[in-house]
Amino acid sequence: MMNTTTAIKAESRNLDFFYSNGHRALKSINMPLYENKITALIGPSGCGKSTFLRCFNRMHDLYPGNKYQGQIIMHPDNTNILEAGVDPIEVRMRISMVFQKPNPFPKTIFENVAYGLRVRDEKNKRTIADKVEEALKGAALWNEVKDRLNDLAFNLSGGQQQRLCIARALATDPEIMLFDEPTSALDPIATANIEELMSGLKEKLTILVVTHNMQQAARVSDYTAYMYLGELMEYGDTDTIFTRPTRKETEDYITGKFG
Amino acid sequence: MTASFIGNTLIKSITLKLKPLMDIATNSPSLITTTISPRLAKNLRRDIKGRVIEFILMLAALSAVFTTFAIVAILLYESFGFFKTVSLVEFFTGKEWTPLFEDAHYGIMPLVAGTLTTSMVALAVAVPIGTIGAIYLSEFASHKTREITKPILELLVGVPTIAFGYFALLFVTPLLQKIYPDLPGFNMLSAGLVMGVMIVPYIASVAEDAMRAVPMSMREGSYAMGATRFQTALRVVTPAATSGIVAAYILAISRAVGETMVVAVAAGQQPNLTFNPTEGAATITAYIVQVAMGDLPHASIGYQSIFAAGLVLFAMTLGFNIIGHIVRKKYREQY
Repeated sequence: MMNTTTAIKAESRNLDFFYSNGHRALKSINMPLYENKITALIGPSGCGKSTFLRCFNRMHDLYPGNKYQGQIIMHPDNTNILEAGVDPIEVRMRISMVFQKPNPFPKTIFENVAYGLRVRDEKNKRTIADKVEEALKGAALWNEVKDRLNDLAFNLSGGQQQRLCIARALATDPEIMLFDEPTSALDPIATANIEELMSGLKEKLTILVVTHNMQQAARVSDYTAYMYLGELMEYGDTDTIFTRPTRKETEDYITGKFG
Repeated sequence: MTASFIGNTLIKSITLKLKPLMDIATNSPSLITTTISPRLAKNLRRDIKGRVIEFILMLAALSAVFTTFAIVAILLYESFGFFKTVSLVEFFTGKEWTPLFEDAHYGIMPLVAGTLTTSMVALAVAVPIGTIGAIYLSEFASHKTREITKPILELLVGVPTIAFGYFALLFVTPLLQKIYPDLPGFNMLSAGLVMGVMIVPYIASVAEDAMRAVPMSMREGSYAMGATRFQTALRVVTPAATSGIVAAYILAISRAVGETMVVAVAAGQQPNLTFNPTEGAATITAYIVQVAMGDLPHASIGYQSIFAAGLVLFAMTLGFNIIGHIVRKKYREQY
């Protein structure tokens, strides 16, 4: 049952998205993100779930010709982050993202995590060092790297690199964190680590995660949205979606009959 | 001895264990005689064709290697004759280079100084402009701007260097003389500046390729952290492309050190031991051109001196390339 006492952190209202080639990738999506909850987006490849996720940090702005229509309202300030007057950089300062493949920068472990702070013009060395340590602890990586913070990030394993990317995203105290299939390039143990991490992170922030892995959605998320061909087919709390889906299509996808 | 003994025993024990299986194999003919279908059999014609092609490819590859070795061999051979008359000490420590004079001196340093000075001036121009140009083209220019700018930039490479030489002598030098009236007509500053402009496309083009090869996912990672375009270009893309950018610099250095016409025309022909770019001085290449254009008897000391000078030039370029190789290895792309 949906918990009515939880506040809504962000919500999309009649959100449409068009790629530069004119393809309408999202069709009038209305969906809330509850604060301190994990919302999972599931659906077959090409259904628009990553497109939807990347609207939240205006990632589509990087490529000319893409067009948003509709709103994504962020609470409590009621800002429509898609509005033309809103600086995408400001949006990304509040909403951070972890990618499908770990993408550390060609820098040391320390500098990778400090990147967001440096970009925000933080000059105080003490503050940066404290934040980096806190973020690495938050990403359960501190114990593994505390003795080699000046090593290149590429020397870490894939799972460690992904946790480094989480630490990097965490260091700037974001309100929402987006995960775009964060474990699809990782082995089962690293995957379990990341999932555990996500469950802990929601104490502090709101999470939206795209996943191809149905078990993962069932394990980590509080709410699940099933998307198909750019439409939001069904949304609800994860238990309900996985045990008593109202739509036949959702049930077929979840049970593996399709997709 | 012991090893082979153990090995033999091992083989024996395996053979014993496998004997029943082997019996089956040898006794049932269907398991060993397989007839190859004619379509799978080796095709003799195709085989020969493949070998011929491989041989031709190998010849093409070897021709470059062979030429290099031939050049080095001739350089060494002719220089050997030169160093029979001139001691290495005089060659490397002498402060005068006048092999064609009655009172001949064979100190290579003036030529080396000229080469280094013109190259440094050229690099001082080309490295910043080329790098900034590459960053602009790769990270800031729109697709359309890039498609127009890059070919034009690469067109500069096609301009004959003699044209650049006279551009330096007849246009840039008079221009500079308006600022520094004391500047001589032949000077390394003008030659170096024009050479720098000439090299910009090399750096811009190679460095831009390196930066564009940086995966988009890395840029997205930076933007997602709230970085601006400028921060992304400078703090993420450029470090990620270091190896390629260094390669571009090395290419530029080799080009500057080996450049001939611009310096021969605009920097003068007078060996002059100085690192002051406002003076005129001959470079190694300018000297080689000068001597090669005259009619020196074969095997004379003056004739041999150009090979000694050429050898020094070769060693310098090789040295820069080796340094470049080491730096590239250190910063090789790891994404």
